[in-house]
Amino acid sequence: MQTPTNMAVPLAAELRLPTSWLDYTILGIYFVVVLGIGFAARRSVKTSLDFFLSGRSLPAWITGLAFISANLAATEILGMAANSAQYGAYTVHWYWIGAIPAMVFLGLVMMPFYYGSKVRSVPEMLLLRFDKWAHLLSSLLFAFAAILIAGVNLYALALVVEALLGWPQWVAIVVAGAFVLAYITLGGLSSAIYNEVLQFFVILAALIPIVVLGLKKVGGWGGLTDKLTAQHGANFTTAWGGTGIGSSNPLGANWLTIVLGLGFVLSFGYWTTNFAEVQRALSAKNLSAAQRTPLIAAYPKIFIVFLVMIPGLVAAALVPGFGTAKSGYQYNDAILYLMHGLLPNGVLGIAITGLLAAFMAGMAANVSSFNTVFTNDIWGRYVVKGREDGYYVRFGRLITVIGVCASVGTAFLASSFSNIMSYLQTLFSFFNVPMFVVFIIGMFWKRASVKSGFWGLLAGTVAAMVNYFVIYKQGIIDIPTDQGANFVSAMVGFAAGAVVMFAVSLFTEPKPAEELQGLVYGTTSPGMTEPPAPGDEAWYRKPALLGWGAVVIAAACYIPFSF
Amino acid sequence: MSEFSSPSDRPEPHAYSEQDVQREVSELQKQSATAARIFDLRRIIGGLFVLYGVIVTIAGITDDQAAIDKAQGININLWTGIGMLLLGIFFLVWLKLRPTPPTVPEVTAEDLPDQSAE
Repeated sequence: MQTPTNMAVPLAAELRLPTSWLDYTILGIYFVVVLGIGFAARRSVKTSLDFFLSGRSLPAWITGLAFISANLAATEILGMAANSAQYGAYTVHWYWIGAIPAMVFLGLVMMPFYYGSKVRSVPEMLLLRFDKWAHLLSSLLFAFAAILIAGVNLYALALVVEALLGWPQWVAIVVAGAFVLAYITLGGLSSAIYNEVLQFFVILAALIPIVVLGLKKVGGWGGLTDKLTAQHGANFTTAWGGTGIGSSNPLGANWLTIVLGLGFVLSFGYWTTNFAEVQRALSAKNLSAAQRTPLIAAYPKIFIVFLVMIPGLVAAALVPGFGTAKSGYQYNDAILYLMHGLLPNGVLGIAITGLLAAFMAGMAANVSSFNTVFTNDIWGRYVVKGREDGYYVRFGRLITVIGVCASVGTAFLASSFSNIMSYLQTLFSFFNVPMFVVFIIGMFWKRASVKSGFWGLLAGTVAAMVNYFVIYKQGIIDIPTDQGANFVSAMVGFAAGAVVMFAVSLFTEPKPAEELQGLVYGTTSPGMTEPPAPGDEAWYRKPALLGWGAVVIAAACYIPFSF
Repeated sequence: MSEFSSPSDRPEPHAYSEQDVQREVSELQKQSATAARIFDLRRIIGGLFVLYGVIVTIAGITDDQAAIDKAQGININLWTGIGMLLLGIFFLVWLKLRPTPPTVPEVTAEDLPDQSAE
């Protein structure tokens, strides 16, 4: 999920870290390695497929960890800790119901269509199933959003670096932008993915010490729940307490909007149709590896919630009223507050490195998916068609430079008009919903007509925005919190898209059955029937077992939080 | 890209079909160099974590009491350093036991001039 946190507020000034040369050495080594990966990956780029999809050749463990890492951006880490400090253990919903089912669905049901059809992007799938209008609209929406999200990441990074290290904002924006620019322009997607995998391990090494020390300080899990129950009531450390329809809770959502809005619409929209995620799976070396990509990612995803939620809860337990004005801290400060108070030099350097790496990876995931969609789906399809392959590699590099510069511009813009940030982040949190409705109906309903894709996409986008920005923001209906309104807007966008697609399909021509092969559930394409690679028959590589295993574990994780 | 004009293609110009994607991408995949030329990531992860592990472990060994007190009485540098070191060694051992599979030596038409002459 694109975490809808308000990163726009300046962070507390007392978070300045007591860094030493040791911490800066650790950070410096990381930057050298990041650039080294870019240079080393450069020689593997020969065709446009190498640059944009790593030649469809990577093993599943790499694409799987990159898949989780592309999501584990620093805005997600700080944002989910903030969520926990504010709402308590409700945060688990974003992981166990808001991620795992969708990731498993992507791997088991959708990936044969994505990977088997050999499309290079999510919008290209819409071109095959619907028409060029749906394709162009989704490509433009995606390209635009990717740049803005990359800019949001960059600005959030600048805020954090300013608070922690005292660098001026523009220095952080330019330095981080330049590194991302360099390694993606050089090595393309391979470089982005390799750095994401590296970042995954560094961020674990950063978060685990914070969690261990935080729990020690607060007196273990028992001490934590006792303190929180005394301060915030018993529901604060449960997943479902107070979510009955009509009862009130800090999240402002009931079980129905959690399950349908977050668990189904928002989650499936983000995980199954956001190209920044799906691209990692499309770069896998065969269909089995592509299917396993989101499934391998699901296992760390189940447990990462503890690494981000516990720091948030600890901060809330240690500082009464954490996040409110009188405490002097924002909710977003939770992890930074613990870093400041608990980590000695050395591990502190690892934590700083992990955070910066997570910011850069979050930005890089968006930049590397942006350049693919812009080059293949916009430029190569509608502007300069049919040139030799080398031209599109060169253009891909050029548009990467332009894209990063545009993100830097967005970041500077955001630093001058900080209130637009919270709007943008809210917008992105339900941005993929219309795309998802078009996809899912197109994939399961043969009759969905060629024209219905474009109109469904448009209607869903407009309806979700109208619901959020007009109906909710103007107070026409009463929803207690922004989060709750997010869930409802997503459901409205989904319903509107579905109704419009249905209506348009009734009055327009269906696509001929022979053109739907490999695009609609129940049909196959040549790419789906490739024989399994040697070794892929092993039981632990069976997608069905991996997928259902993740669902069962996620469901079991709910048990201790439900009573 | 001369295939675009071949008469076997679908007559209507607007319908870009799944066969077109299959053909284009399969063609590019044959010429792709990533599988043959990309380095093994396990070497990088292993190397970086061994280096970080050593640095942080040494920091842990030489830490004064103030650093340990800050971390709630735990020598967190030592433990984190050892953990990172072990992770780094794990990747290097894995690489040693299961080396990068040799890629099939292709009879590459890549640098031959006949492609452009087509």
